[in-house]
Amino acid sequence: MSPVAGGPFGGNAVITGAGKSQVGRRLGRTGLDLTIEAVTRAIVDAGLHVDDIDGIASYPGPGIPGKGLSGADTQQVRTALGLRSRWYLSAMETAGQIGPAIEACMAVTLGLANHVVVFRSVWESTAQASAGRASVLFGGGELPPHLEYFAPFGALSAANWLALPAQRYMHDFGLTREHLGAIAINARRNASLNPDAIYRTPLTMDDYLAARMISEPFCLYDCDVPCDGATAVVISRRDAATGLPRHPLTVESVGTGMFERATWDQRADLTTMAAHDTAATLWERTSLRPADIDIAQLYDGFSFLTVIWLEALGLCEHGKVGEFIDGGERIALTGALPLNTSGGQLSGGRLHGMGFLHEACVQLWGEGSERQAPGSPEIAVVAVGGGPVGGAMLISTR
Amino acid sequence: MTETAQKAAASYTRPAARLLPSPTPESRAFWTGGREGQLLIYRCRGCGHFFHPPGPICWRCRSTDVGPEAACGRAAVAAVTVNRQPWLPGLPPPYTVAIVELADEPDVRLVTNVVGIAPEEVRVGLEVEVFFEEWTPASGSADDRVWLPLFRPAAGTDGAENAQ
Repeated sequence: MSPVAGGPFGGNAVITGAGKSQVGRRLGRTGLDLTIEAVTRAIVDAGLHVDDIDGIASYPGPGIPGKGLSGADTQQVRTALGLRSRWYLSAMETAGQIGPAIEACMAVTLGLANHVVVFRSVWESTAQASAGRASVLFGGGELPPHLEYFAPFGALSAANWLALPAQRYMHDFGLTREHLGAIAINARRNASLNPDAIYRTPLTMDDYLAARMISEPFCLYDCDVPCDGATAVVISRRDAATGLPRHPLTVESVGTGMFERATWDQRADLTTMAAHDTAATLWERTSLRPADIDIAQLYDGFSFLTVIWLEALGLCEHGKVGEFIDGGERIALTGALPLNTSGGQLSGGRLHGMGFLHEACVQLWGEGSERQAPGSPEIAVVAVGGGPVGGAMLISTR
Repeated sequence: MTETAQKAAASYTRPAARLLPSPTPESRAFWTGGREGQLLIYRCRGCGHFFHPPGPICWRCRSTDVGPEAACGRAAVAAVTVNRQPWLPGLPPPYTVAIVELADEPDVRLVTNVVGIAPEEVRVGLEVEVFFEEWTPASGSADDRVWLPLFRPAAGTDGAENAQ
């Protein structure tokens, strides 16, 4: 398939504002409260009034067994703000946690709405404090279908499900714990420059290697940190964004592919994930190439997922991520490919995907303050998810 | 049973607790085949391939002529992690979580525990064989019993020599 000029949205879908709530551990605020804070900040950031917002979208929507995983759904936010919505959506079976942002691009391009606010909100930290991790995972009842073939064997966490392909990747390609450590340390270094980040004290390779093991090869620092917080962006149609204060960011392409069955263990090649299919569709829809990317915001729910996205997106060859990140210089804020500039989820907090889209906007607008990547980055890739979940977006200042 | 397999089986202690499945019409064979010592995996009678998890249609050829058949019970480890985090009271770490590939059809994989061998000695390529662990759910009803397929180093093989 040859790319459409201007990408799948013909250049019509743009990001006009971004907002983030207070982010922290056990904040004791409700999910809705945090969500409203992020959403209204994004709207103000776009130079819009709440009444200008005629679309709204969010991941994952209602019905999630672990309530900490969803701070508020779309209808709650609509109701709280008294929105008059011409288009609305929540979705979980979509291109990862930024899937609803992709749907919003379609909605504005098709004229179903002019300005869509897209949010993701979590309050896992508070939920876990009150009820324990297991309750957040299982809701206390029958095993959900996706756990039927895992939980009986004590594979109770995504840490286990993703440790398996990580171990196989290390076995096949010589990736080492030091390579994973370089991703964790890079995240911590960037988090130290981000006042909103959860963990800001320096992390050394010795600290990393000495940390408590969770599920080999993942130690504590390979796993992201649950938090309370919400992030939001406003996606507008370009012709509706005329006169707004910010330079609109163009959504150049989106990755939405999933070519195999949605499982954590049956993919033909255990060293690849849905990420590879997502990336394939991202690139088939644009004339931009991996070498054009200035900064990368790549999901790090586990450090290994960043490894997968680096190669899935073609930023390095299959199996060669270890060499690519060796020592961490290339992915540092001052390196050739600044990576996870806010500290990612490993140190910044598990804002669950949308935090990466928020940070990409901040960087492209040059507002990263101490953590701003040098050289005025113009093209950012955002990619989220792991295992059978994946979504990606390419955005630019063009 | 060889001496190696006997020792391996002997070295495994069943945990006090596991989270148990609630079998569906499609998964019941998988979870109860162990009653007869059988690893029952869905197989397509159209194209002959096994597939997992079970379902109403073959994902390869889309035939609905599918149903459980006994696999041979031998497999090879495709990936393994040693879990060291306590997630569930009564299921103390360390324990292995492994993906094993069935000898009958290598791209059919099961997530399981490889036991009867030191967790850190389980390697990619290790040949293993199934055995079953019977559990009665909290309801206490014998009708609701399940047989979890676990794996141990295959009889007649030595784990350390066998691993790649």
